Amino acid sequence: MSQNVDNIKPSYPLFRDDEYKENLARKQAMYEEKHPDEKIQEVFNWSTSEEYQKLNFAREALTVNPAKACQPLGAVLCALGFEKTLPYVHGSQGCVAYFRTYFNRHFKEPLACVSDSMTEDAAVFGGQKNMIAGLENAKALYKPDIIAVSTTCMAEVIGDDLNAFINNTKKAGNIPQDFPTPFAHTPSFVGSHTTGWDNMFEGIARFFTLNYMEGKVVGSNKKVNIVPGFETYLGNFRVIKRMLKEMDVPYAFLSDPEEVLDTPADGEYRMYAGGTTQAEIKDAPNGIDTFLLQPYQLEKTKKYVQNTWKHAVPRVNIPMGLEWTDEFLMKVSEATGKAIPASLEKERGRLVDMMMDSHTWLHGKKFALWGDPDFVIGMVKFLLELGAEPTHILSNNANKRWAKDVQKLLESSPYGKDCAVHNGCDLWHMRSLVFTNKPDFMIGNSYGKFIQRDTLHKGKEFEVPLIRIGFPIFDRHHLHRHTTLGYEGAMHVLTTLVNAVLERLDEETRGMGTTDYNYDLVR
Amino acid sequence: MALRQCAIYGKGGIGKSTTTQNLVAALAEAGKKVMIVGCDPKADSTRLILHAKAQTSVMQLAAEAGTVEDLELEDVLSSGYRGIKCVESGGPEPGVGCAGRGVITAINFLEEEGAYEEDLDFVFYDVLGDVVCGGFAMPIRENKAQEIYIVCSGEMMAMYAANNISKGIVKYANSGGVRLAGLICNSRNTDREDELIDALAAKLGTQMIHFVPRDNMVQHAEIRRMTVIEYDPTHKQADEYRTLAQKIINNKKFVIPAPLTMDELEELLMEFGIMEQEDESIVGKTASEL
Repeated sequence: MSQNVDNIKPSYPLFRDDEYKENLARKQAMYEEKHPDEKIQEVFNWSTSEEYQKLNFAREALTVNPAKACQPLGAVLCALGFEKTLPYVHGSQGCVAYFRTYFNRHFKEPLACVSDSMTEDAAVFGGQKNMIAGLENAKALYKPDIIAVSTTCMAEVIGDDLNAFINNTKKAGNIPQDFPTPFAHTPSFVGSHTTGWDNMFEGIARFFTLNYMEGKVVGSNKKVNIVPGFETYLGNFRVIKRMLKEMDVPYAFLSDPEEVLDTPADGEYRMYAGGTTQAEIKDAPNGIDTFLLQPYQLEKTKKYVQNTWKHAVPRVNIPMGLEWTDEFLMKVSEATGKAIPASLEKERGRLVDMMMDSHTWLHGKKFALWGDPDFVIGMVKFLLELGAEPTHILSNNANKRWAKDVQKLLESSPYGKDCAVHNGCDLWHMRSLVFTNKPDFMIGNSYGKFIQRDTLHKGKEFEVPLIRIGFPIFDRHHLHRHTTLGYEGAMHVLTTLVNAVLERLDEETRGMGTTDYNYDLVR
Repeated sequence: MALRQCAIYGKGGIGKSTTTQNLVAALAEAGKKVMIVGCDPKADSTRLILHAKAQTSVMQLAAEAGTVEDLELEDVLSSGYRGIKCVESGGPEPGVGCAGRGVITAINFLEEEGAYEEDLDFVFYDVLGDVVCGGFAMPIRENKAQEIYIVCSGEMMAMYAANNISKGIVKYANSGGVRLAGLICNSRNTDREDELIDALAAKLGTQMIHFVPRDNMVQHAEIRRMTVIEYDPTHKQADEYRTLAQKIINNKKFVIPAPLTMDELEELLMEFGIMEQEDESIVGKTASEL
């Protein structure tokens, strides 16, 4: 029963050893009251049927495998994008442990984020004492320049007022009066992580600009502002910056966690690295205009930027795929008067070349996809440009306008004819969809792997392989460093998709003497 | 004129909702544009304005729609007497859920949907009994109600509650702009009631903004689900509410209250004969021992 010290096996393949097999079978038989295999199979088959799908979509009160996370998670990511900023979550400790591990597992990076650990007494008496001690300790211990405060459900349910608590902390002298403490109420039971990002950004913009608008002149700093929204592809920060540099457009990236989420292992631990400076956010109202890279999730931000900074905020889609990257660059060019340089035109030409090289393999391929609303609509747009069919389109946290816009997009292309949008649905809905109307692939986060396992269990011909693009990705390394935006991002996505198609084809045609007539060297 | 947001607090059953609605009717009669936001799960803060039993509340509609995000402003906003805008936050049945969260959700919803952006002179929040939790303090957070009026009468528990509410206001007043704007005495015909409330107001650092005498006309109107202003505009009680409205329009006395200690409050009550001097020698003694 014991491991051999010279050959220590992990659970797989260890549990394939006979003694483990016997032991596990005994345990199931004696203690687990396992149903007979036939019964399990019967229920499994039923769960893959049209009949079950109808019941599944009639579901009202339950979410199974949500394709979204909660508000403070987004607020933490937004705060991390500012220089020497400590995300501080007012509420229970467990929530914050969850935010840290969620980002740890995705970015493979340590992540600084504190909680003021409210417990039973704080729930009864209110969390002001926790706030006072928490802000003082966090500032003394971790020496941030900014503490950005958000909330968990617990603080929200009892109605803690961040503004009053933070001001009282300053009045009591526990932190200096002029110490920057932007804040946002982020109840987890409202919206999703994208709502939280939006709220936190508005809170930060409000804190640093609302009362300092005097003397601000739109366009006077000659920069464009870029607001990324809940963005986890580090390459996306880099590609937008590169394109703007090539256009010779000065910019301010408002929330930029690219450095802090990708620190080098050189012996020095960096709790803070890079990020948008206070000077940049304070100066942002002087920008020419503000571009929101993910407009569906930045509604509050848009309202604030338009009303307070008096920026036009051009209507642009997420710059994914060919046409929407064109659109983004042209709008930037329009706003700044800077021409789109030859280098970007060449890059665009390369993308078009790649799209033509691969189109025979992608044409008519069916994809199921899910994720945040902007990512999903951007991916739908690019798939249609590639001649692929986004068969099942699902988002858990989009609004009705999004669903209408996706529908319009589908109607604009012959490849969108047999595709359907599902808003407010979860991955258990998606599981039904891929069983009853099988796509060739799924595009989504790591949680899709369990759908892939289930489809394989039904039979090899039912298997729907998962292509990992999205957030979170826990079970593959370094994908978060990739790019999905701009021409470069489109190249990455295209490469990923077409090679997944070819990989799958190889897998299916490897049968010696059976299917290997199509196991070709050249694809 | 800039929007003035006012919250009405006071002991349960003191007549907050009736006073608020009569006051608001008088303000509307004087040409002011007013909105009432009922912050009480009972949802009875707008019935006299709307002539309704109970307005369908934000939380009720949100529960039906599944989420508050699916609601539109026009679903929850009703217009009543002289165009007074009415909203009820609503909340759970007694004994379950969290009424305070209902208030937070409803007020956030109104803000996000731009209910306050309309051309309004006054918003009145009619808040349940006492500031029992953070949710019921929502109306006095920063950028919401700046003026608090406490409805009270010359009874011990009403004054005790008024003092307690003042303590709540201090918590928020020190960090923000919320101020106590006055006590409204809704008379119970107790002895020297006006003097007593005047004295309490002075100790708190505020004013008794108006003494509303007791009159059965209020009940006559209420049975018909109307305010006195609407039911019988010529009655003298209607003038009382008009006077209160004018005093509030012209009110400039906004203070951070200085709540009384228990001893001070008891002293005041004894001074006015509402409470007897306690005889410490009898405390804990059974009948046979005395």
